[in-house]
Amino acid sequence: MTMTNAVTFRGVSRHFGPVRAVDAVDMEIREGEFFAMLGPSGSGKTTSLRLIAGFEQPTAGHIEIFGETAEGVPPYRRNVNTVFQNYALFPHLNVRDNVAFGLRVKGVPKAERMRAADEALALVELAGLGDRRAGMLSGGQRQRVALARALVNKPRVLLLDEPLGALDLKLREQMQEELRKLQRALGITFVFVTHDQDEALSMSDRVAVFAEGRIRQIGTPEEIYRRPATRFVADFVGSSNVIPADFAGAGPADRWASLRPEDIRPDPAGRNATITSRAFLGRVVRLGLHLEGQDLTAILPAADTIPMPGESLSIGWDTARVHVMEPDA
Amino acid sequence: MRSETRAPMALKLAAVGGLLFLLLPIALIFLYAFTTEEKSYQFPPPGFTTKWLGVTLGRADVWQAMGLSIKVAAISTALALVMGTLTAAAVARSRFFGREAISLLVILPIALPGIITGISLRSAFSLLDIPFSTWTIVLGHATFCIVIVYNNAVARFRRTSGALIDAAMDLGADGVQTFRLVILPNIATALLAGGMLAFALSFDEVIVTTFTAGQQTTLPIWMLEELVRPRQRPVTNVVAMAVVLVTVLPILAAYYLTRDGEHIAGQDK
Repeated sequence: MTMTNAVTFRGVSRHFGPVRAVDAVDMEIREGEFFAMLGPSGSGKTTSLRLIAGFEQPTAGHIEIFGETAEGVPPYRRNVNTVFQNYALFPHLNVRDNVAFGLRVKGVPKAERMRAADEALALVELAGLGDRRAGMLSGGQRQRVALARALVNKPRVLLLDEPLGALDLKLREQMQEELRKLQRALGITFVFVTHDQDEALSMSDRVAVFAEGRIRQIGTPEEIYRRPATRFVADFVGSSNVIPADFAGAGPADRWASLRPEDIRPDPAGRNATITSRAFLGRVVRLGLHLEGQDLTAILPAADTIPMPGESLSIGWDTARVHVMEPDA
Repeated sequence: MRSETRAPMALKLAAVGGLLFLLLPIALIFLYAFTTEEKSYQFPPPGFTTKWLGVTLGRADVWQAMGLSIKVAAISTALALVMGTLTAAAVARSRFFGREAISLLVILPIALPGIITGISLRSAFSLLDIPFSTWTIVLGHATFCIVIVYNNAVARFRRTSGALIDAAMDLGADGVQTFRLVILPNIATALLAGGMLAFALSFDEVIVTTFTAGQQTTLPIWMLEELVRPRQRPVTNVVAMAVVLVTVLPILAAYYLTRDGEHIAGQDK
């Protein structure tokens, strides 16, 4: 392939003393994609982001940004901008001056940078708020100012560090959609750090799942969801039954398998499970099942024949739908 | 919970008594700046005059002492602003071996009695054969001025989120631009307050100065000498009035400047 990657990591490590925050990570972020780095706290996703931004230098390995070596290049000489977790707006400047900051330090004339700042504010639907102090804005508005402040510099890569974490649920869903639209309209590569698997799966073109400084899987949301590479990924991405492969009837005893709840169905010729819980969700019913020492979750079409907790149900699944995973490193 | 009931009479009397105890001597200094009698402080003053203001303005020794005090205070404050800010930045921003020890050592000079600082500096000067000069006084004053600036600056640095510096660098500002456009505006009021306090402290310092001045006379030392050999006594009172004004105004300004800096810069959620 001749297309350059936006960001390339080759065996990148960042150690803090004995702590391996990032440990031999290889990844390629393609130009123009919405790339999520997903993982629990301390998994190395934020350190990876800071390595791209230039706030951290790798202990080992090689980083390229659009084909150019990034090691040793300070943050202020990278064509990359960041939306910080707590926005980090400058408290001594008003909104317009916050947004114009990047152009100011590059020496853009005042009239021009004010116009560009107002345009960027209009892009994030904050036109007319330029004279406010950053401290007077709501959380959602600050989030948009931080976005405008980064985008006004026309970065080739936009880094977002848990940008929606501080927002309430409704605002977060709205911003998810807007970020996605903005990314498509601008065609800029977005690299998005989150610990929220729903957010990562619903927004991204591709997801990298981090654990303990390493990438456990990179793939499209569908790949991550349908074919989790390891038990950790299946557990973290959630809503899958993780069971021994031999129990699932699909592989050797020393492997784990992922079986999605919607792939379990009533089967008169199947195995007898005890119902431990039952939640009616409208079109479907979610059942907690106990089968030969394993707890399973099943999602069945709502029908009046589904028995109540304490009763038993004969279930089965198509072993072709069972995904056998690699052992965790 | 603040009580809405009025304070009892006894408490009010005590408060008034306390204030009088603190402020009456100062009022007396002001009063005797205008007395017509110049040898002894008899009460009540036999008459009032403003001629001592004129006499004071005409005395060359007052001007000389005033000049030296202002020079020493200005240089010590300037030195303290640079060194105190840099030390504060190092202690608040980075982690290194011995950081806690350094932050304690910086504060130590203000905890030590001035007489210790004075004696130790004097012995050091004589051991090294350093002649007394303006600079020996400045050196003595800088020991406590740096602490004042450091304390103000370190508190503000801790309240200024490190993410602001990351943000500035991310947006293309190099070190100098980050300092000028982001760090300085965020610590400016703390530096101004620390600088004013340092100036005021240096301006009326006696103990350390006594040990480091040699034959030179700063304003407070001049006043001390004047009291011993009475000649135009009210002149001393006029000078005291001037000192009160020169030191109180910066301290009041420092108080108002730091009073409403309670929010944490860059950490507002």
